Amino acid sequence: MKEFPFLSVLTLLPLVGAIAVACIPRAKAELAKLVALIWSLVVLVLSIVMWVTYTVDSSDRFQFYESYRWIPSWNASFTFAADGIALVMLMLIAVLFPVVILASWNDVDQTKRSAPTYFALLLAFEFTMIGVFAAADVFLFYVFFEIMLIPMYFIIGSFGSGQKQYAAVKFFLYSLVGGLFMLAAVIGLWVVGGHTFDFAALVEAGKSLDTNTARWLFLGFFVAFAIKAPFFPFHTWLPDSGGAAPAGAAALLVGVMDKVGTFGIIRYCLPLFPEASRWFAPAALVIAVIGIIYAALLAVGQNDLKRLVSYTSIAHFGFIGIGIFAFTTQGGTGSVLYMVNHGLATGLLFIVVGMFVARRGSALVSDFGGAGKLVPVLAGVFFFAGLASLALPGTAPFVSEFLVLIGTFTTHQPYAVIATAGIILAAAYVLWMIQRTTQGTLNPALDEVPAMKQDLSLREKFVVAPLIALLLVLGFYPKPVTDVINPAVQATLQDVGTQDPVPTVADGKAGR
Amino acid sequence: MGDLKLPPIDYGALAPMLILFGVACVGVLLEVIIPRKSRNWVQLSFTLLGVVAALTVLVINRNTRIVTIGGAIAIDGPTVFLQGSILVLGAVSLFLIGERQVEAGGAFVAQAAVVVGSDKDNRQAGGQPGLTEVYPLTAFALGGMLMFVAANDLLTMFVALEVFSLPLYLMCALARRRRLLSQEAALKYFLLGSYASAFFLFGVALLYGFSGGVQLSVVHDAVANPQRSQLLLYGGLGLVAIGLLFKSALAPFHVWTPDVYQGAPTPITAFMAACTKVAAFGALLRVLYVAFEGVRWDFQPVLGTVAVLTMFIGAILAVTQTDMKRLLAYSSIANAGYLMVGVLALNPDGLSSTMFYLVAYGFSVLAAFAIVSLVRDSDGEATHLSRWAGIGRKSPLLAGLFTLILLAFAGIPLTSGFTAKFAVFGAAIDGGQTWLVIFGVITSMLIAFPYLRVVVLMWLSEPGETTPAVSIPGFLTSAALGLGVIVTVALGVVPAPLIDLTREASQFVR
Repeated sequence: MKEFPFLSVLTLLPLVGAIAVACIPRAKAELAKLVALIWSLVVLVLSIVMWVTYTVDSSDRFQFYESYRWIPSWNASFTFAADGIALVMLMLIAVLFPVVILASWNDVDQTKRSAPTYFALLLAFEFTMIGVFAAADVFLFYVFFEIMLIPMYFIIGSFGSGQKQYAAVKFFLYSLVGGLFMLAAVIGLWVVGGHTFDFAALVEAGKSLDTNTARWLFLGFFVAFAIKAPFFPFHTWLPDSGGAAPAGAAALLVGVMDKVGTFGIIRYCLPLFPEASRWFAPAALVIAVIGIIYAALLAVGQNDLKRLVSYTSIAHFGFIGIGIFAFTTQGGTGSVLYMVNHGLATGLLFIVVGMFVARRGSALVSDFGGAGKLVPVLAGVFFFAGLASLALPGTAPFVSEFLVLIGTFTTHQPYAVIATAGIILAAAYVLWMIQRTTQGTLNPALDEVPAMKQDLSLREKFVVAPLIALLLVLGFYPKPVTDVINPAVQATLQDVGTQDPVPTVADGKAGR
Repeated sequence: MGDLKLPPIDYGALAPMLILFGVACVGVLLEVIIPRKSRNWVQLSFTLLGVVAALTVLVINRNTRIVTIGGAIAIDGPTVFLQGSILVLGAVSLFLIGERQVEAGGAFVAQAAVVVGSDKDNRQAGGQPGLTEVYPLTAFALGGMLMFVAANDLLTMFVALEVFSLPLYLMCALARRRRLLSQEAALKYFLLGSYASAFFLFGVALLYGFSGGVQLSVVHDAVANPQRSQLLLYGGLGLVAIGLLFKSALAPFHVWTPDVYQGAPTPITAFMAACTKVAAFGALLRVLYVAFEGVRWDFQPVLGTVAVLTMFIGAILAVTQTDMKRLLAYSSIANAGYLMVGVLALNPDGLSSTMFYLVAYGFSVLAAFAIVSLVRDSDGEATHLSRWAGIGRKSPLLAGLFTLILLAFAGIPLTSGFTAKFAVFGAAIDGGQTWLVIFGVITSMLIAFPYLRVVVLMWLSEPGETTPAVSIPGFLTSAALGLGVIVTVALGVVPAPLIDLTREASQFVR
């Protein structure tokens, strides 16, 4: 089975689906939804087969390697390959998309917009997402990194709510600015790296780079990824986009797309520019920690549910950041695991918030109150999603947060201590949000909205069930995922040239 | 007095130019012979045939590498490539020029000498068949451009400059509607263009004084081994550069561009944006790479500043525009800046990437102006940006194509704009001009905003009462638009063949 071109098929499949769905006439909205759902399930099945085929303890770092000629005179090619980190991200994408498509089932109906277009855009977005994680050629990666803006831009701008135009343009410009910084760095890397885009060749070339050049190039990549992730202070686009996007798309935005930022740091910044990574690590740790505290404080003060959840993600990305730049296997594994778990937990949270918003017709916390009395099951799921998001033991994010914190603690104690304060803030904003929306006395205005009296439909149960199940299973038994991630993280740290400290000699200086 | 000796002439190598000049002359005769009713299609097919014939001869002679007619014309890789580009882009422009279905009678005035606003003028605007003199004029312009990129001495270059500029000045004045704007544009272009030509000629004189000859190779030798005052060299180089910078619309010699682009009939604007750009940069490349290679350290920073200034002016002023044609004009100024980044790499990659950029941009800009010519109301083209609001709802296909073109201008991957930008930036970093690339990247961010604003306007705004209907394109406009879009996508997805072609062609003869 190894010879099967998994990654290129997996990448192209959603594109074909997107074109097929886009061709369905506007009047046949139900057909379009069904085709999109089935298509995304086919992608899921294929990726499960791929997961099974993957050999964990293989000596090849990259599996499913495929390479096709593209622009020979620039040495750019369609090269796909996946290591453990990319593999788990691809799985996350494959799981989230069918769920989101099912969750978005009725989103478009009220807006008089074309349903086939919406679902075609979702599949097109899946195409760009799979491409960006599967690419093993820097040029190809950059191409996907840029074009993924386009479907999301139209999803936010055409199908969003509130200040959707403002949010869409802000989203596009922020990402484009980052992308152009990266473009300069990509070209620079191509020139100094011997006119090639092949990842492995560039990693070799990176070892002999001039220190200053490497630092500048690192910065070009890092800024692009930090905007995408989003790290403080480049985060301001996310609350606007997350607030304006349809709930399902917002789940994809923070659940999958933002991960490209942290994934990019792990996959490109660290191995290509090891010295620069070590040199920049203190600064990266500082902005990550600021992000944790600052975004959590802002989240506490939000009155808009979707913006609130967006701010919680910014805080969570701070955790992923410190895990990466702690340069320990535990921290790195924790970060990658966090990327997966955050996708599941925040994805669920966004979807549930979307269900509330669809019923109430408003995303403001103050428009809710005591909703649990009307829709107990939905409120229960909301509670679970909230607890998962604040990393309660037993849910998957706990494992990753724990790994990140102990990984950071062994090398950078002060940062770990401050980050732990973020957990307390997380409890505050999540619990307060849940209390103000579902607990307490029933808001009389809420009682007058007929839709608020409908608890979860069968479709919605099918949406939340897989995510809840995954969060619980990975919370109790994360081994299958960590086993895949661990070797890849170790290989990356080897490229960076750092070693895990011996437990007894924690002098706080490792990673230098 | 000895016998007059004629220099040997390779007619085969000159054939493309000769064919076009011949077509232009015969075209003038055809104006008299052919009855008015059938003049348009006869002229159009005759001119197109001429272009195709010239292209065929060019392809047959593609391996010619020669300097002929006493050193006046050089046929080498870049010449063949640029001439081919001009001919192909010119043929597509001819499609737009020949369009008569979108607007009754076409985009051109029926009688150029009619007083603006008179009864006669109103009648001609109503639908009398447009001028057909425009075809011979186009043929002259194309022939001049072919000569311009092949010119191997500065005087030939000057003659070619005039040969292709004069028809353009005229053609700018021929718009059927908004005649005053059109005539003003023509006057402005003519006056400023004449100044530029004068500067160019004066520069040639100084260079003649410096090197004792006008041939590029003579100048090159003199630069390497100067016998006269360097002042003549730098003065000459500066003045010649002014003439070329004017034609390429580089700052600070760009001020004519928005007015002329706006006032000229849209097919002519498209023609200028695509073909004139190729010709102007072709000549600039030849002059800088062949004649002045030896003083690169002196002109690189100066022209680099020009490039940076151009990119900034184009990008920043594009943001403030409210007219589509002016917006595209500023976008073309910014693109001239990016082209200059490629030119200043001063290595083979710089040459090949600039040529690639010229072709990529030419096709995109032709498609863009084809779309502009389709969005119209009873007063002609609706170029004010506010009129484009919500056009995506009314005509999704057209808005979709325009979005694609705008994304190409913004340099989003999988479009030709990205590949082209990547090529010139890569060449510039390779050539040690990293600072230019940094400014290029910064301005790319700035100019993304106006493009994005148009996309927002088309898709995300509600259509207003005044949103004009989109005309059903005639066959010719569809062909031009389709070709432009196909090439824009093709050069983004599979750029390798054209890149290889430009690389093979990137060798000047001296």
